[in-house]
Amino acid sequence: MIETISLGRDFKVRGTLVPAVRDLSFRVGAGEFVGCLGPNGAGKSTTIKMLTGILTPTHGRALVAGLDPTRQRKALARRIGVVFGQRTTLWWDLPLRDSFELVRLLYKVDRNRFRQRLAELTEVLELAPFLRTPVRQLSLGQRMRGDITAALLHDPEVLVLDEPTIGLDVVAKAEVRSFLARLNAERGTTVLLTTHDLGDIERLCRRVLLIDHGRLAFDGSVAELRALVPGQESIEDVVAHLYLSSTPAAPRTPRRTPDADPPTVTA
Amino acid sequence: MAAFVLYLRLFQYGFRRHSTYLAAALAGAFTNTVFGVLRAYVLIALWEARPGLAGYTLAEAVTFCFLTQAFIGPMQVFGRGLSFGDRIRSGDIAFDLVRPAPLLAWSLAEDLGRAAYLTLARSLPPTIIGAALFTMVAPVSPWFPLSFALGVVVSFGWRYLVTLTSCWTTDDRGIHTLSALLTMFFSGMVLPLGLFPGWLRTVAEALPFAAMVQVPADVWLGAEPPLQALGFQLLWAVALMGLGALLTVAARRKVVVQGG
Ligand SMILES: Nc1ncnc2c1ncn2[C@@H]1O[C@H](COP(=O)(O)OP(=O)(O)OP(=O)(O)O)[C@@H](O)[C@H]1O
Ligand SMILES: [Mg+2]
Repeated sequence: MIETISLGRDFKVRGTLVPAVRDLSFRVGAGEFVGCLGPNGAGKSTTIKMLTGILTPTHGRALVAGLDPTRQRKALARRIGVVFGQRTTLWWDLPLRDSFELVRLLYKVDRNRFRQRLAELTEVLELAPFLRTPVRQLSLGQRMRGDITAALLHDPEVLVLDEPTIGLDVVAKAEVRSFLARLNAERGTTVLLTTHDLGDIERLCRRVLLIDHGRLAFDGSVAELRALVPGQESIEDVVAHLYLSSTPAAPRTPRRTPDADPPTVTA
Repeated sequence: MAAFVLYLRLFQYGFRRHSTYLAAALAGAFTNTVFGVLRAYVLIALWEARPGLAGYTLAEAVTFCFLTQAFIGPMQVFGRGLSFGDRIRSGDIAFDLVRPAPLLAWSLAEDLGRAAYLTLARSLPPTIIGAALFTMVAPVSPWFPLSFALGVVVSFGWRYLVTLTSCWTTDDRGIHTLSALLTMFFSGMVLPLGLFPGWLRTVAEALPFAAMVQVPADVWLGAEPPLQALGFQLLWAVALMGLGALLTVAARRKVVVQGG
């Protein structure tokens, strides 16, 4: 369903090319639920942008639902759903309901299918109380549910989410998680998400990708990820250990110099 | 057909979005009217001293004054950019640039909705109150509504370009201030272009800003052959939109291909 072949992206920063994603190759099959981990600046969002056609790769290529995200973006848009937790694709001044209507017209969703789908999503995500509220007045959790709905109105085969649980309270987070789990289990929607919340990974993802310094550092199950660092109780410690012991081209934290001893992780 | 419905919806939303700021619109209408009255007294003094100035009679000058006040809202004479300016600053513009509907058509539909609302809320009051307080000239030409609409489109085309330049600058306040000054001065808002001296007048009358205020006012007054006036506006509308489309391609390259 998703395939990347030596995918890479350089950015020009003050005249020099800085790689954000390098030589990334992975494959996600239909119906999988995959989580993507990685320290800040690892290249997760850049990868997601390339998979959804918002950013053009400088190296390699990607295929999503059999389509090239850059060259076949319009066709792809009808087959994937995209949510960026830090941003919104909803219209700030419009009531939520009107944003959905624009999404319907934009992606040419049949009116009856739209009604039916919106009714379903309204019920599961409990949108009814704020369907008529302008997006700027929504709480973060309400807005996120709105964004997820907008991404799913056309019933896509693949859902790609960049930090969908960021800033949500415990209850809202649990709701979003159980919704995504159901979507994957009942409809067979392929889900790829990035997160810093290891609860998302533990509760949702059968498979984890770890991206570090733009490269794929790990690809396997949560159990395999734990096994990488024996003797660590919590998954937080496992991941912290992996982040800290990564082999960067340049030091990641300012306090760490290249010849200093590798820091030890304390629980 | 679906595309038509989409743009119609965007027009409606543009209209409704502004209608939620009723207080702002009323305050705007009030200010536009008060300034219209003040300007009218200045112009009356001027025209009594120098009758026939700029080729206008006194009643025509007063009409010009209230018409230009009425154009401030729909034509955004003070040069406010389009609403996607914020989205350029936040980087969200990348999403807009890859949507299946072109940003230019999209924002035009929204902006026409905005202009339609502001015509009702901010153009009618100064015109009606002006006509009640002073002697004004009734519209001579049936072409005025079309000329007014083209004025809005030219204003949109200009503001689209100004807004989109933010893709290349880190601080867009300079360009917005410059745009506001150019628009106010060269549209005929401050003074009828007919009062400008020789070459400055020639230049001003050829610029797109004239198509926003001076030309539609002259069509109302019958001071210019309507077809020539409409042709001039149409030319600028097409030229600015063409430039807008080209600049959108460049912005897409910059944001989507190069990554901002
Ligand atoms: N438009 C851009 N221009 C220049 N550099 C960029 C641009 N976008 C991203 N980068 C750089 O690319 C690297 C990867 O960024 P990216 O946003 O993909 O990280 P991330 O893994 O999503 O991090 P986070 O967890 O903080 O969201 C960073 O070093 C970032 O500074
Ligand atoms: Mg990110």
